[in-house]
Amino acid sequence: MSVKLSRRSFLKSVSATASATLLVGFTPARILASGHHAGEFTPFIRISDSGTVTAIIKHFECGQGAATGLATLIAEEMNMPLDQVEIDFAPADGKKYANLLFGAQGTGGSTAMANSFMQYRTAGAAAREMLINAAAEEWGVSPNMVTLADGQLSASGKNASIGEFVATASQMEVPAEPQLKDPAEFVLIGNPNTNRRDNGPKTDGTAQYAMDVHLDGQIVAVMLRSPRAGGIMVSMDDSDAKEVPGFIRSAALPTGTGAVVYAQNTWAAFQSRDAISAEWDFSNADNRSSDQIKADLLAAVNTDAEFDAKGTPTDATQGIENAAQVISREFFLPYLAHSPMEPLTCTIAPTETGVILYDGCQMPSGAQAALSAVLQIPPENVEVKTLYAGGTFGRRATMTADYHVEAALAFAFNGGQGPVKLVWSREDDLKGGYYRPAVAHKVTVGLNEEGRIIGWDHRIAGKPIFKGSPWEAFIVQNGVDNSSVEGTRDTLYEFDGHYVGLTDDTSPITVNWWRSVGHSHTAYVMESMMDLAAEAAGQDPVEYRLSYLKSGTADQNRLAGVLNLAASKSSWGEPLPAGRYRGIAAHKSFGSYVAEVVEISGDVENGVVIEKVTCAVDCGIAVNPDIVVAQMESAIGYGIGHVMRNEITFTDGEVDQWNFPDYEPLRIHDIKAIETHIVPSTLPPTGVGEPGTPPSGPALANAIAAMGTRVTHLPMTSNGVSFF
Amino acid sequence: METSLTINGQKHEVNVPEWTPLLWALRDELKLTGTKFGCGVAYCGACTVHVDGQPVRSCQTYVEDVADAEITTIEGVDSDVAKAVHQAWNELNVAQCGYCQSGQIMSAIGLLSENPKPSVEDIDSYMWGNACRCATYQRIRAAIKSASEILEG
Ligand code: FES
Ligand code: FES
Repeated sequence: MSVKLSRRSFLKSVSATASATLLVGFTPARILASGHHAGEFTPFIRISDSGTVTAIIKHFECGQGAATGLATLIAEEMNMPLDQVEIDFAPADGKKYANLLFGAQGTGGSTAMANSFMQYRTAGAAAREMLINAAAEEWGVSPNMVTLADGQLSASGKNASIGEFVATASQMEVPAEPQLKDPAEFVLIGNPNTNRRDNGPKTDGTAQYAMDVHLDGQIVAVMLRSPRAGGIMVSMDDSDAKEVPGFIRSAALPTGTGAVVYAQNTWAAFQSRDAISAEWDFSNADNRSSDQIKADLLAAVNTDAEFDAKGTPTDATQGIENAAQVISREFFLPYLAHSPMEPLTCTIAPTETGVILYDGCQMPSGAQAALSAVLQIPPENVEVKTLYAGGTFGRRATMTADYHVEAALAFAFNGGQGPVKLVWSREDDLKGGYYRPAVAHKVTVGLNEEGRIIGWDHRIAGKPIFKGSPWEAFIVQNGVDNSSVEGTRDTLYEFDGHYVGLTDDTSPITVNWWRSVGHSHTAYVMESMMDLAAEAAGQDPVEYRLSYLKSGTADQNRLAGVLNLAASKSSWGEPLPAGRYRGIAAHKSFGSYVAEVVEISGDVENGVVIEKVTCAVDCGIAVNPDIVVAQMESAIGYGIGHVMRNEITFTDGEVDQWNFPDYEPLRIHDIKAIETHIVPSTLPPTGVGEPGTPPSGPALANAIAAMGTRVTHLPMTSNGVSFF
Repeated sequence: METSLTINGQKHEVNVPEWTPLLWALRDELKLTGTKFGCGVAYCGACTVHVDGQPVRSCQTYVEDVADAEITTIEGVDSDVAKAVHQAWNELNVAQCGYCQSGQIMSAIGLLSENPKPSVEDIDSYMWGNACRCATYQRIRAAIKSASEILEG
């Protein structure tokens, strides 16, 4: 295809991306029957003539285990070993492959298993019934005489590979309500000894990530972006870049946000960009330094809130005025970058009718809409080839489809004639925005004579994530962006006099969901304050928390369940050896309940050592228990690593950090051991990618508080704590 | 500039400026994409390859410096140590997103080749430079221990 783009049509098209991402109003039942090419059994299963079963995975695989998880559901219902089910990622099709909780195709909010559990089981059961019916018809026996196991159909002495019946079976009517397996018969679901399906390619170097795409004739594009959020490029000079071997050319973007730099390969592109100088207009930029940003956010929580998120201030002040003891703390949690291991990248290539996007695609519906809008082609002419994603933690999906729009622009300004690969460097990743918002909290708690909470005034300030996006209608009510307050007003702890107020920050610094979204900061504050309250009340932190979970609701019981399990597995009641300290925290997020105990040694001056983290999780049925354990390990490491030492800071509006040396990742020695325990459950599965993160930071903070230092401003290393 | 490189036992000609990092010659010129780009500044280990048997960061190793060397990438490892490491990695389901794992494995092979029975402290200090944003560290430690046992037989 070729593309002509005027500035006006571009601007029009970019604003159009905003509303095009939502697709609503279909029922899963209708979807199931929409397969029906030869070999297709529903949109979720393909079987070849030779009997190879392929699970079509509608979610992307960023390490969270969704591909293995969904394949497990199909293998279970089709009675076959998991290692014989191949995996393939679904094309972009927002109807067939919608996330049932979003109404659009995409992965996020730890929903991959939760929304797919019944859908993929049903697909597997439907395929099983279709194959059995086909064999029964051919063999002239009743379907209930035919069994299917390990890819073989059998009935009274007859035996055949499923491959032999693929052609006939895939043309049969898809049963609307196939008989699902009785959970008592599960062989794979809940089996702790299953292996991931992506181990092989991820250990021999053959797994294909978007960064690995090399198409014939492909060129590489990198972006020159404003060093300050909200800056506009006035002029640029690329004469030095012309000396760089492999440089092709550069072009200023009509949006004023910077320039695209083209080169023959990645290294040449980076070198070329370094050689370009540009002048910027910062009059509408955020030119503040971090001290000012922090002071502004803290000032906002020390005055009346802009919006009431729960109750009114007087609900809390009554209790606080009558309190026997008042505890009040300010918290500050910094901007954080996601920094997935694979820097952002995607490739767009022309096709006969439009384009194809190669991407570790977290939100195919959003990416498709963005490319369609920028390139002015119908969404259905945008194919998406989803590849493995080298991590995301939320970064590969943004409200603006930021890097997809950049790639589409780079493709368009190259005339749309050949493949263009957009690449971000690690420096781009740290400086390029879309951070976990910096937030301030102030909490004032009143306790009565018995140490019971009788007033809780909680004020939060930070930039909302969903406001102004196409999802606003779902997430924002009465001015309150739920992602700024989730985990506070809906706490499972029950007490009177609870007020939550919110003030929006309006900085142009872009923000985004970051592993566990609002819970990534609210849990730190809630669980620090619960510990402070327990201490003021002179009570054990576990008992104190449990005393607020006594109403007998399922929610409260499940949170109490993980608290008790983590406490018992960490021998909470028993004295610790000299020089050891521990802290606990518990939090519900994404439908799952997690409690963690962190045990430490050392001291804050010479270095704290994280000896052990004990984790208890209730996520309903653990489809792949080993993946649940792995996700807890991952989420704990991610949470603790950032709380320990990560922050994005600014000097006169420019990001100070440049690469991993000053955004130091968690390293192998930082946590000596993690032990995870799963609560047995027959309830539907809930999320596991994110819920391990929220309690990890406050559990560490509570352990360090037991050592004598209460840390309320993060990261810890910038606020008086060193680590070994 | 034409440089001849010996990679996984085979000679390859690359036509790049001699100060090009080996990483980009491998990835963009030779399409050996198992070696990953994570930071470009020798601080994550995703780009680890072996040069004359020693793990090095290919993002900070220049083509002109390795023209006479034996380079081994993840695509080319097949020693007994490598097989044990692969087996242990797969049995313990170490990989999550997997993007760092080529580098982790190249470092682990380097460690076990020089120290077949590493202690936890040995592992932590040798593997320090290999970052994993998915925090698979606990399993990396266990897998190196397990590979060591496999090698002992
Ligand atoms: S890419 Fe070489 S160490 Fe990070
Ligand atoms: S497995 Fe994802 S970065 Fe290591």
